[in-house]
Amino acid sequence: MAELLLFIVFGSIALIGALTMVLHPNPVHGALGLMATMLSIAVFYVVNSGHFIAAVQVVVYAGAVMTLFLFVIMMIGVDRAENLEERLPLQRPLAIGLGIAFLVLIVLIGSNAWITAPASAEAANGTVEAVADLLFTDWLLPFEVTTLLLIIASVGAVALAQFEPTQRQRDEE
Amino acid sequence: MDVTAGWYLALGAVLFVIGASGMLLRRNALVMFMSIELMLNAVNLTFVAVGRHTGDLNGQVAVFFVMVVAAAEVVVGLAIMIAVFRRRSSASVDDLAMLKG
Repeated sequence: MAELLLFIVFGSIALIGALTMVLHPNPVHGALGLMATMLSIAVFYVVNSGHFIAAVQVVVYAGAVMTLFLFVIMMIGVDRAENLEERLPLQRPLAIGLGIAFLVLIVLIGSNAWITAPASAEAANGTVEAVADLLFTDWLLPFEVTTLLLIIASVGAVALAQFEPTQRQRDEE
Repeated sequence: MDVTAGWYLALGAVLFVIGASGMLLRRNALVMFMSIELMLNAVNLTFVAVGRHTGDLNGQVAVFFVMVVAAAEVVVGLAIMIAVFRRRSSASVDDLAMLKG
């Protein structure tokens, strides 16, 4: 019963936040809506016994990533009106039509019982200990590779931030 | 009424479609980027929900890796956006048509 209540409340918050992000013309409101969606998804992680993942979701996604987004939105300027005029004439009706078709397809697939594995009697308990146990045994190599990915990403960000157009590129503009 | 894994899968599907349509309908590069984040979050939710159903923790480890990749992606993507903005002072993806023949 409690889970149903949680699902209804935080599911509506997640949907409202997502719709705000897509439909609101101001990107700051959109970012706040997405933050609400991410926090409600963190609640669903807790309900589904992903305790460690929920903490990471709040700290990394709702915290760091969205703060970075808000920071860049403030830098790039939010007062500029978005030009919604399409240059491809069929883009908008096609996008809406394909979105609805995709949703119908997913609901059709999802309404069939396609989870073939039987429901497990023992609950998966995603504590820090249990997740770390998997992460540092079965998933050790991917975990090490992510360090490489993060180094490349930070070096790339620094290189992009220091980029200055050369004289020739300035002349061409 | 029990909340089964199917409910979370349905919610994830709806969130994913909202993100995909945001990607197709908006022209602001930042909003399009946020739509990608929303799609990643929707998929993460399905991982965790099915993982609970099958009693398997590997789904949560996959979510952890998706988060790492998304964090790296956001850092590089926003750096590119700022670099583009410095030269073109516009966040609209339609203005970036220099490769058009």
